[in-house]
Amino acid sequence: MEHSKVTPREAQRRRLPLEKHRLEDWIGKIYTSVCVVFLIAVIVSIVYFVTSKGVATFAVNGVSLTEFFFGTHWAPDAAEPSFGALPAITGSFLVTLLAALIASPLSIAAALFMTEIVPTFGKRILQPAIELLSGIPSVVYGFIGLTLIVPFLRDHVGGQGIGVGAGALVLSIMILPTITSVAADALASLPRGLREASYALGATRWQTIYRVVLPTVLPALLTGIVLGMARAFGEALAVQMVIGNAPYIPTSLLESASTLTSVITLGMGNTAMGSIQNNALWSMALVLMLMTFVFILIIRLLERRNRI
Amino acid sequence: MTTKTVNTKARTRARNADKIATVIIVALALSIVVILLGLLGFILFRGLGHINWDFLTSKPQTIREGGGIGPPLFNSLYLLVLTMIITIPLGLGGGIYMSEYAKPGKITAFIRLVVEVLSSFPSIVIGLFGLLVFVNTMGMGFSLLAGALALTIFNLPLMVRITEQAFSSVPREQKEAGLALGLSKWKIITSIMLPVAIPSLVTGTILAAGRVFGEAAALLFTSGMTTPPLNFSDWNPLHPRSPLNPLRPAETLATHIWKVNSEGLAPDAIQIAAGASAVLVIMVLIFNLLARWGGRTLYRYMTASKRMN
Repeated sequence: MEHSKVTPREAQRRRLPLEKHRLEDWIGKIYTSVCVVFLIAVIVSIVYFVTSKGVATFAVNGVSLTEFFFGTHWAPDAAEPSFGALPAITGSFLVTLLAALIASPLSIAAALFMTEIVPTFGKRILQPAIELLSGIPSVVYGFIGLTLIVPFLRDHVGGQGIGVGAGALVLSIMILPTITSVAADALASLPRGLREASYALGATRWQTIYRVVLPTVLPALLTGIVLGMARAFGEALAVQMVIGNAPYIPTSLLESASTLTSVITLGMGNTAMGSIQNNALWSMALVLMLMTFVFILIIRLLERRNRI
Repeated sequence: MTTKTVNTKARTRARNADKIATVIIVALALSIVVILLGLLGFILFRGLGHINWDFLTSKPQTIREGGGIGPPLFNSLYLLVLTMIITIPLGLGGGIYMSEYAKPGKITAFIRLVVEVLSSFPSIVIGLFGLLVFVNTMGMGFSLLAGALALTIFNLPLMVRITEQAFSSVPREQKEAGLALGLSKWKIITSIMLPVAIPSLVTGTILAAGRVFGEAAALLFTSGMTTPPLNFSDWNPLHPRSPLNPLRPAETLATHIWKVNSEGLAPDAIQIAAGASAVLVIMVLIFNLLARWGGRTLYRYMTASKRMN
């Protein structure tokens, strides 16, 4: 037989490239897998550490869940400390919802403008403008809020300027780009035939947008809004700078309030690790983290609806 | 009334509604452009007058007037470099795995969920995690290294997504050509696909860098809010006063702006914040321009579009 003449040395020489092959693939697989495992390890440890510290308030220090979630008095340093986080939780939800209410119509209009009305101008001017807007750091938005929005509100609307209204305005500018880009992507990916069919039936552009385009992309629009709300809910420094940080449930938009993030930002540096005051702040971080999961869950549900 | 007049009426109404809607949409969209230009103009107008060489290089003052932003500016840049050194290899690996190795199934779906969750975590939560794990448990103290690690967590999901997108947009034929040459999968990834993916990788990385550069909330609790007196002639990373020492605390430009605004005692705090904000925005603008220009130039250089013509 022909191949029986191959000497062992020759056979090894022929096998060599294959060995190198295998080694290379092995290196690649190991390297990329290690990266992914690291990613998973990071998230597992974040969830573990934040949860274990956040639960300690209730498990170790014996603060009741009812007191934390429904108590309206936040005074961790007082002689008779109380840990009612309701004002901060209310504040977080309030500014988030208000910001979404202000930003959504603007964003959707911008997305419609970019895709349906003036695509060339939209792509050339509005798109880069919005990308830029999303790149501006949050402390700069906080600074703008402090030096532009707060004095404006104080002089023209009333109150001290700082407060829920200022916080919501700053946040709404911050989440504008998020909602706009998601909405614009969704609108741009609609099949052309959909619009053409509507025009062929004699519909005007607004009728097409209102009756055909918007209902079709509604889940995607909602996804964008939820993404924006997730960002607003977790934003810390910009809000902290303009909201006034008063530990009460606000009764008007011009009143000072506080959010979960602002309380954590201000309090974390002044408490000792492991103390009850510190653990209470970690419980707030746990609430923030759980809310992130809720937002992601909502987004996933919306995406599932979007697919069908 | 005949059917015809009803139809005409309905048509006029529809046309009017169309006109009104168009006007409203255009007005809202233009108002966004106005808001953006207004904000940019405001920041630059307020800040540019305060920026000079002395402001960019001198030390911040806590109580007296006339502080600069030299050390924070250096810290921001150095922290960015440290973060990128850690993030890029990890993000590349993760992204390549997702695009080339991951098979559709439960595990891949889970990893996707992990990336999504990681990218949606509020940065303050990541900062607190850094405080607990890097600063306290691992004993790094408030340090550049702890800050860089926190920013890595913050930046990693973005980097993975950028890499995955860049690799999946490489044409199939390129990969098949490599297979036909008998190359190993890893060789194809590194020597055929990577060069094709590099332009979009660079664009994405620079944009991510811009985001990292302005991040503050995650750094308050990891790299700290102070900078020790630095000796800018000592470049040995092991010396405690060397600017390159990764285990020293560092206040970055973004945290400096926050600190000056919320607890600044200097009489010119507002001007300093305005100047520092302008510097930060200019840096973001530079990152944006660099990303656009760099990506395009690299694309022309790395692909055949130049050699063919």
